[in-house]
Amino acid sequence: MAEKIQKQGWKSLPKGDVIEGGGTAREFRTGDWRSERPVHIPEKCIHCLTCWIYCPDSAIVTKNGKFVAFDYKYCKGCGICAHECPVKGKAIKMVSEKEAKKNEKICQK
Amino acid sequence: MKNLIEIRWHGRGGQGAKTAALLLGDAALAKGLYIQAFPEYGPERMGAPVASFNRISPKPILLHSGVTNPDVVVVLDPTLIESVNVTEGMNENGILIVNTERAPKEVKSDCGVKGDIKVFTVDASGISKDCIGKDIPNTPMLGALVKATGILDFKEMLEDTKHKLEKKFKSKPEVIEGNLKAIERAFNEVKS
Amino acid sequence: MSKINVVARTGNEAMAEAMRQINPDVVAAYPITPATEIVQIFASYVADGLVDTEFVPVESEHSAMSACIGSSAAGGRTMTGTSSQGLALMAEILYVASGLRLPIVLAEVNRALSSPINIHCDHSDTMMVRDAGWIQIFSENAQEAYDNMVQAVKIAETAALPTMVTTDGFIISHGMERIEIFEDKDVKDFVGPKKLGQYLLNLEKPITLGALDLQDYYFEHRRQLAEAMIDSKNIILDVAKTFKDKFGRAYGLFESYKLDDADRAIVVMGSTAGTAKVVADGLRAKGIKAGVLKLRVFRPFPKAEVAEALKNIKAVAVMDRSDTISGHEGPLALEVKAALFDSNIKKEVPDYIFGLGGREVRLEDIESVYKDLGDIIDGKSKDRVTYLGVRE
Repeated sequence: MAEKIQKQGWKSLPKGDVIEGGGTAREFRTGDWRSERPVHIPEKCIHCLTCWIYCPDSAIVTKNGKFVAFDYKYCKGCGICAHECPVKGKAIKMVSEKEAKKNEKICQK
Repeated sequence: MKNLIEIRWHGRGGQGAKTAALLLGDAALAKGLYIQAFPEYGPERMGAPVASFNRISPKPILLHSGVTNPDVVVVLDPTLIESVNVTEGMNENGILIVNTERAPKEVKSDCGVKGDIKVFTVDASGISKDCIGKDIPNTPMLGALVKATGILDFKEMLEDTKHKLEKKFKSKPEVIEGNLKAIERAFNEVKS
Repeated sequence: MSKINVVARTGNEAMAEAMRQINPDVVAAYPITPATEIVQIFASYVADGLVDTEFVPVESEHSAMSACIGSSAAGGRTMTGTSSQGLALMAEILYVASGLRLPIVLAEVNRALSSPINIHCDHSDTMMVRDAGWIQIFSENAQEAYDNMVQAVKIAETAALPTMVTTDGFIISHGMERIEIFEDKDVKDFVGPKKLGQYLLNLEKPITLGALDLQDYYFEHRRQLAEAMIDSKNIILDVAKTFKDKFGRAYGLFESYKLDDADRAIVVMGSTAGTAKVVADGLRAKGIKAGVLKLRVFRPFPKAEVAEALKNIKAVAVMDRSDTISGHEGPLALEVKAALFDSNIKKEVPDYIFGLGGREVRLEDIESVYKDLGDIIDGKSKDRVTYLGVRE
């Protein structure tokens, strides 16, 4: 869940439709409204990083040129990574959030 | 000089009625007077009747309405007299200056110029053809106007116009020379 | 006091001259009669290397204002010029400029709006965008056009509001008059370097500009804009004071011409104010106490100040060079009446809609308005709206 912020009134709000500071998209948790999530199948993955190239939300975490994880905070579940995965039989599959969260608590906070 | 003098120039598109008003305005400004110079903007095409105006005053000019009762009217093209009422709204003691070879008396009677309007004539087209090689009557009429009205010192006006023409015709010194000669001749030849 | 040079200039030349001396970073413009000359002359300054400005010739006024927004948002001092249909085509983007609080300065030449097509003066174009969040300053003559342009840069940048300076089409834009211009360095000193607040090219302090504002923030931003417009009144007066100290000419939100002891007055904007002063002088020579309130700043509208200036005058008329086509009075009359009403001043204020499409306003026309005011003083009632100088 996104943190609830106190909205500023007109007197304190930066003037002129300005959002101060860079990289503010980081605070915008686009992973909140995902209905499906990509799930990695390590044994099939060839670490070609095609998913990393295609991901529109930079939600593929890599290290030393290898796939590490999906960043579910930002992954919108668009499925492009799974669609583009060149491996026969796919190294990424899309799973419904309901299915994925089956064993999690309803509210984690 | 009385408080405010209003001048109307009649010409045909391309004859330089607007330029004449601007030159006169500039020359009067150089004398330390307040000025306005503005053309009448109608449909613009070569040969169509056009008018331009001057206001000249020793005091700031606040008026921004059109000139309806001119003290002085200058007619750059005599054929206009047939189609345009050039004396419209003129003050009784106004001055009418016409570019024509004819005598002032003839203009006055032929055109039914009323009252005490003083008529001056000068063959500005002839002078212009002699001096500039083209029928551009606006600058010689400027000379005639200064003579007829006495609103400016002739030598100062000539000097100021020279400066203005020098800026406009940098590469054509013969045009400057011809214009100045034409202004001087018209100043000397204008008849009343 | 600054040295002055006396020159003969048209209103357009005077505005272009001011722009040359201001030397903005960017001018993006598209030509339209009768404002074409302003940017045409300015473009020649650019070509001749007299200014450091980046001149952006665009394909429409919509693009002109869009380019101005890009430039101003990036941090550049930005100017443009337009008129009539051009301003109308810009309208959409004018709102963006004010919403983003970008201090763009626009030289606007008042001209009628189509149709029928007409290139001559009235205030329909400027009045059409009166609620666009732009400061609007009217000029009586070429001198004021020049002075207002010089002041506008400072006003816009201090208030963080875009500002348009207007002249009357042809009457001022194309009429040559005696004006006093200042030395380049004095204008440069007066305007000063652009105060950079938040701007897109500031890599130290990055910002996002123009993000989507929905139900949760839009209202707050519009409220800020309203407040900025209210505050700009004092900024305009402060800049006028600095201007007077440096250059000697006094400006306010409006000019009170012989109002102190007047029993009748006309409220009017633009070049007609000069003609009205001449008529008032003529009436005063006959013992009639006539005055003129020449409104200089239409936005922000100086409501309380106008009411105060008019409160002791027995009869007041408004002359509007545009119409709201609402079946009632023109925009200026609406403002003046609201101002009087809010100050608990009950007066009959007849409105005279005049000069549409460049229709000549004659001395007799203005005399007739003063005559009507005389009738009101004598207890006679007048029409709420009169179309002055229209053929029946």
